[in-house]
Amino acid sequence: MASCSVVQAGMQWRHLGSLQHLHPGFKQFSCLSLLSSWDYRMQKASVLLFLAWVCFLFYTGITLFTSGFLLTRLELTNHSSCQEPPGPGSLPPGSQGKPGACWMASRFSRVVLVLIDALRFDFAQPQHSHVPGEPPVSLPFLGKLSSLKKILEIQPHHARLYRSQVDPPTTTMQRLKALTTGSLPTFIDAGSNFASHAIVEDNLIKQLTSAVDSGEWDVLIAHFLGVDHCGHKHGPHHPEMAKKLSQMDQVIQGLVEHLENDTLLVVAGDHGMTTNGDHGGDSELEVSAALFLYSPTALFPSTPPEEPEVIPQVSLVPTLALLLGLPIPFGNIGEVMAEVFSGSEDSQPLSSALAQASALHLNAQQVSRFLHTYSAATENLQAKKLHQLQKLFSKASADYQWLLQRPRGAEATLPTVIAELQQFLRGARAMCIESWARFSLVRMAGGAALLAAACFICLMASQWAISPGFPFCPLLLLPVAWGLVGATVYAVLLGTIELKLDLVLLGAVAAVSSFLPFLWKAWAGWGSRRPLATLFPIPGPVLLFLLIRLAVFFSDSFVVAEARATPFLLGSFILLLVVQLHWEGQLLPPKLLTMPRLGTSATTNSPRHNGAYALRLGVGLLLCTRLAGLFHRCPEETPVCHSSPWLSPLASMVGGRAKNLWYGACVAALVALLAAVRLWLRRYGNLKSPEPPMLFVRWGLPLMALGTAAYWALVSGADEVPPRLRALVSGASVVLPRAVVGLAASGLALLLWKPVMVLVKAGAGAPRTRTVLTPFSGPPTSQADLDYVVPQIYRHMQEEFRGRLERTKSQGPLTVGAYRLGSVYSAAVVTALTLLAFPLLLLHAERISLVFLLLFVQSFLLLHLLAAGIPVTTSGPFTVPWQAVSAWALMATQTFYSTGHQPVFPAIHWHAAFVGFPEGHGSCTWLPALLVGANTFASHLLFAVGCPLLLLWPFLCESQGLRKRQQPPGNEAEARVRPEEEDEPLMEMRLRDAPHHFYAALLQLGLKYLFILGVQILACALAASILRRHLMVWKVFAPKFIFEAVGFIVSSVGLLLGIALVMRVDGAVSSWFRQLLLAQQR
Amino acid sequence: MKDTDIKRLLYIHLLCIFSIILSVFIPSLCLENFSILETHLTWLCTCSGFVTAVNLVLYLVVKPNASSKRSSLSHKVTRFLKCCIYFLMSCFSFHIIFVLYGAPLIELALETFLFAVILSTFTTVPCLCLLGPNLKAWLRVFSRNGVTSIWENSLQITTISSFAGAWLGALPIPLDWERPWQVWPISCTLGATFGYVAGLVISPLWIYWNRKQLTYKNN
Repeated sequence: MASCSVVQAGMQWRHLGSLQHLHPGFKQFSCLSLLSSWDYRMQKASVLLFLAWVCFLFYTGITLFTSGFLLTRLELTNHSSCQEPPGPGSLPPGSQGKPGACWMASRFSRVVLVLIDALRFDFAQPQHSHVPGEPPVSLPFLGKLSSLKKILEIQPHHARLYRSQVDPPTTTMQRLKALTTGSLPTFIDAGSNFASHAIVEDNLIKQLTSAVDSGEWDVLIAHFLGVDHCGHKHGPHHPEMAKKLSQMDQVIQGLVEHLENDTLLVVAGDHGMTTNGDHGGDSELEVSAALFLYSPTALFPSTPPEEPEVIPQVSLVPTLALLLGLPIPFGNIGEVMAEVFSGSEDSQPLSSALAQASALHLNAQQVSRFLHTYSAATENLQAKKLHQLQKLFSKASADYQWLLQRPRGAEATLPTVIAELQQFLRGARAMCIESWARFSLVRMAGGAALLAAACFICLMASQWAISPGFPFCPLLLLPVAWGLVGATVYAVLLGTIELKLDLVLLGAVAAVSSFLPFLWKAWAGWGSRRPLATLFPIPGPVLLFLLIRLAVFFSDSFVVAEARATPFLLGSFILLLVVQLHWEGQLLPPKLLTMPRLGTSATTNSPRHNGAYALRLGVGLLLCTRLAGLFHRCPEETPVCHSSPWLSPLASMVGGRAKNLWYGACVAALVALLAAVRLWLRRYGNLKSPEPPMLFVRWGLPLMALGTAAYWALVSGADEVPPRLRALVSGASVVLPRAVVGLAASGLALLLWKPVMVLVKAGAGAPRTRTVLTPFSGPPTSQADLDYVVPQIYRHMQEEFRGRLERTKSQGPLTVGAYRLGSVYSAAVVTALTLLAFPLLLLHAERISLVFLLLFVQSFLLLHLLAAGIPVTTSGPFTVPWQAVSAWALMATQTFYSTGHQPVFPAIHWHAAFVGFPEGHGSCTWLPALLVGANTFASHLLFAVGCPLLLLWPFLCESQGLRKRQQPPGNEAEARVRPEEEDEPLMEMRLRDAPHHFYAALLQLGLKYLFILGVQILACALAASILRRHLMVWKVFAPKFIFEAVGFIVSSVGLLLGIALVMRVDGAVSSWFRQLLLAQQR
Repeated sequence: MKDTDIKRLLYIHLLCIFSIILSVFIPSLCLENFSILETHLTWLCTCSGFVTAVNLVLYLVVKPNASSKRSSLSHKVTRFLKCCIYFLMSCFSFHIIFVLYGAPLIELALETFLFAVILSTFTTVPCLCLLGPNLKAWLRVFSRNGVTSIWENSLQITTISSFAGAWLGALPIPLDWERPWQVWPISCTLGATFGYVAGLVISPLWIYWNRKQLTYKNN
C-alpha cells in the first residue's frame, strides 16, 4: 500500500478490515497529489505515443516498399487529333493536300497485326545451321518459324526482324496496353477507375476508329494465345512447343500469300517467357520479344543486318500510326523506326533522310507535348532532367526548321539533326522508364527491412513492457528526438545539394534514426539482465499456426483460397484452445487427476470451468464460423466455386415472398444484435446508469436500428413504389443513412464526453451519508479523515441499494450491479463497437447483417473461451497471452471474407459509395473513398477497436466463476458472518488497483496485436518481392499486399482508438472518484 | 520387464501396419480395377474393417489391461453393445466436426462419413479396446500426466498423430497441382492413414527412447 493515490481510492477502502480501525498504510495516502496523477497521465500518454511511434515505423516501411514495388503513373485523357498537329511548324513536305493524310501521308492503307502471345525473340530467330566449330543445337522452339526466314532471305528489302525490348511488367494486359497506347503501363495506372478493363488513354485503336471510315477494313488484329498457354503448361523446351510454333508458321505463311500491295503485315510477340514458361518479371528472356515487319512492296532501303536490331517495343506504335497516316497517340513515348520512312531503295538519299527527319520531328513534338502536359499534371518526373530534355528539344527543333528553310546545305546538317532528335526521344523514354517501370530493389529491401525491424521491436517491447523496470519516457523520447534530428539532418543535406525532397525517404530516414537509439537503449537495458532466449516468447502451437498463416501468403493458390483456409485455421485454433485447456487439466475435476504418475503434483489451481462449458463454447464458435462461411464470394476464375447468392442486395431479388422473408430475417438480425448488446449491458448492470451514453444506448440505438430497417425497406422495394411517392422515397433514402451515421457519431461523442457508465447516487445520498458518518468521525477535516470517509459512503450506498433491491425482489447480479464499476471499461468498449457497427452495417448489403450478428456472437464466445484459459491475476502484472491475440487477428481476417470481400480490386463493393448519396458525389473523391474503404475494412476496424476486450474479459468472467462457486454453500448466515470476504468480485477494478500494470498490459496488448498484423504485412511484402517474376504477381500477390497494407493501417488506427477509449474511461473514472472525494470534503 | 513390454508393443504395431498394407493388396486380388484413388470408398471400407479386426484380435490375445473384475456374459454383451454405440457416436461426431470445418453439407456426404469412419477406426477403436467404454478414462489419458502405462502412452501418440495426419491432409487441397488425390476427402484419409502408421512406428521408438524418464504409477 505504499504507492496509493487518488485513482486507487475507489477500491482501497474495501481492504479496511473494519471502520473503527485506521489502516496504517493510509498515513502515506497522497490523494490529490498532483505528482502521482501527473505520473500516470504521463504514462498513459507515453503508452499511446509509443504505439503511435511503432505504427509510424510500420507505415514508413510500407510506403518505402510500395514506392519501390508499385510504380504509379497518371493516365491522361487527352487525345491527339488530325486537325491539331503536335507542335508549331509546317507539316512535313508532301503531306499537304493528299487525301487520307493526317500528320503525315499514309504509306499503307491497311495493316494486319498478328499478335502471338509470348513469342520470344529466339522462337522467331532464323537458324543459321552452318556455324563452323559449334555443334548444331536442336531445341524444340528453334527455327520453327521457317516462313520468316524464307521471306528474309528472298525479299530482304521487304521484311525485317527486330528484337523488341519489352518493358516490365511482362504481363499480357499491360503489354497490350503498351502496344496500343505507346506508353509504359504500370501496375496502378492512376486513372478515373482502375478496376476498368477498358483503356481510357489515347490509343491506336481509338485513332483508327476515329479516322475516316472507308467502308472496308483498315486493320486486322489477330491475337494467338497458344504459344503462351503451351509455355505455361509445358515450358518452351517441350515438343508441344515445336508443334504450336509450326502451326503459327502456317498461319503466317497463309497470310503472306494473301497480302495486297497496300497492306503491312506485323508479327509481334507481346513478351517472352522464362525457361519455365512463366512471365511477368524483367529477366532477359522475358523482355525480349520478336517483331517482324513485312510489306509486299519494298520498305527498307538496305538489306537486313546480320544480327537483328534491338528496338523498344513501344516503337511500333508511332511507326504504325504514321505509316497509316494517323496521329500518334497522345501518351506515346516510343520512338519511330526511322528506316521505314526512308522510302524505297531507289529514292534519293537526301530525300529519304529528310523523310526520316520529318517523322522523327513529328514524333519528338508529340513526346514533348506529352511531357509538358504530364509534368503539369503531376510532379512524378524529375524537374531537372525535364528541363535538360526541353532544352535539347528546342535546339533540335530549331535546327530542323532552319534545315527546312535552307535545303541546300542539308546533307551536312541532316545527320546531326536526326541524331539530336533521336537523343531527345531516347532521353525522354529513359526518364519515363526510370519513374514508371522499374522495380526499385533497394527500396523494396529497405521497406522489408524496416517492417522486420518494427516487428522485432513489437516482439521485444511486448516482452519488456510488463516487466517493472520498463522506462516509458526515456524509451519514447529518445527515439523521437533522434528521429527528428535524423530527418532534419537529411532534409538539410538534401537542401544543400539541391535535390528534391522525397517524403518517403525522409520518413524512412526518420524511422531508422529513431530505431537505432531505441535498439541501443533496449540492448543496454535488456541484455545485461536476461538471456536473449526469452526474447522469443510465442508458445509452440501458436508459433506453428502463425508460421502456417505466413506461409499461406507465399502460395498463390492459398491466397486465392484464403477465404476457405482462414476459417479452417480458425477452427483448428479454437479446437486447439479447447484441447489445450483440457490438456492442462483446467477442465477436469481434480479427482481424476490424482491418479497420474508419481513425483509430480497434478495441478496447483483448481479448474474454474467444467469441460462441457469449454466444449460448448468451442462447438458454438465452430458453428458460427461455418455459418459465416456461407457468405463467401468466390475469387475470380475459379470454375468450381459458386459465390453465395446472399451477398447481393435484396433489391435484386425477384420473388416477393422470398424478399419479404429475407427482409424479416435481416431486421430480426438487427433486433437480435441490439437485444444482445442491451442484455449484456443489463447483465453487468451498466444499463441502469443515468449517464447520457446509457440513455443513448436505451433510446438512440433502437432509433438507429429503426432507421436502418426503414432504409433497407426503401432500397429493396424502390421499384415497387407508386410514382407519386417516388420523390419522398428518394429523399428518405438520402436522409435515413445520414441520420443513422449522425446518430452514431453523436453517440460516440457522448461516450467520449461521459464514458463512466455507473450509477451514482451521491447527490441524493449525501445528507444521509453524512448522518452515517458523523458518529464515527464528524465532518472530515484532514486528509486521513477524508480517506476514511469514502469507504463509508461506498458502504452506505451499497447497503442502501441492496436493501432497496431486496424490497423490490428484483433479480440479477445484485452485488456486482450495485455500482457497475466492475465492467466500466468493457461497457464503454462494447457500446463503442455497437455504435460503430451500425453505420458499417448500413454500407453492406442487407443480408450481411446476419454476418454482423454472427461476428458479435463469435467474438463473445471466443472471449469467453479465451478467458477460461487465462487465470485472473489479483495484482499485476497483467498479460494477454499470444493465442488470444492470434485468434483475434485470425477472426478479423475471417470476418473480412465472410462479409463478402476478396483481396482483389474487382471484388470491392463499389455500391457502398452510393449509400446516402444515390446521385453520386460530383467531383469529391475522398468521401466515396472513405465509404468504400469503411465497407471493405469494416472487420479490421471493429476487431481492432475491440482489441482491449481481450485484456478486460477475463476480469469480467471472474464474477461468473465466483458466483458459481458461491452457489453450493449459499448459506445466508455464513455470508452475514463474513461480509468482507464474501464481497463482490472486483472484476475490472483489479486493473485500477495497479494502474502501472494496467497501462503496461495495454501497451503489451497493442504491441502484440501490431506484431501479429505486422508479420502478416511483412510476409505479404516478402512474397510480393520474392515472387515478383511469378505469373500471378499482379493478379494475386500485389493486390493482396495492397489490401493487407491498407488493412494494417486501418487496424492500427482502430487499435489506437480502442486503447485511447479505454484510457479516456480510465481518466474519467479517476476524475469521478476525485469528484466524489471533493463533494465529501465540502 | 520394460523391454519385453516395448517389444510386444512393437510387434503389435507392426501387425497393425501389416493389416493396412494387406488392405491395399488383398482387394486387388479379389476385385477388378481396384486402386486406392479410383475406388477410394471400397478401400476405406476394407481398411477400416482390417484395422478393426486386427485391433480386436490383438486385444483378445494380448489383453493389456486384464483387470476386468466381472466377467459374466451379460456384462460382456452390454460392454460390447456400449462399444458399438460409442463407435457410431464418434463417427457421427467426427462427421459433424468435418462439416463444421468446412466440408460440404449435402454433396459428398457418404465420402465424408466414410472419412469419419476411418478416423474413428484409427482413434476410437484402439481407445475402446484398451480403455473400454469409459469416457473418464479417455479424458484422463488425453491430458497431461494422465497416462499410466506404455499402452496408454502409445495410444496417446497414435491417436494424436492420426488427427494431425488428417489435419495436414487437408492442407494441399487448395493447391493447383491438379493431382487426383487432391480431392476431398482422399487427401485427408490418406493423411490420417499415414499419420496412424507414423504413430505406430514412432510410439515404440519414443517410448524406448524415453524409457528412463517414463515412470508409471502402477508399474
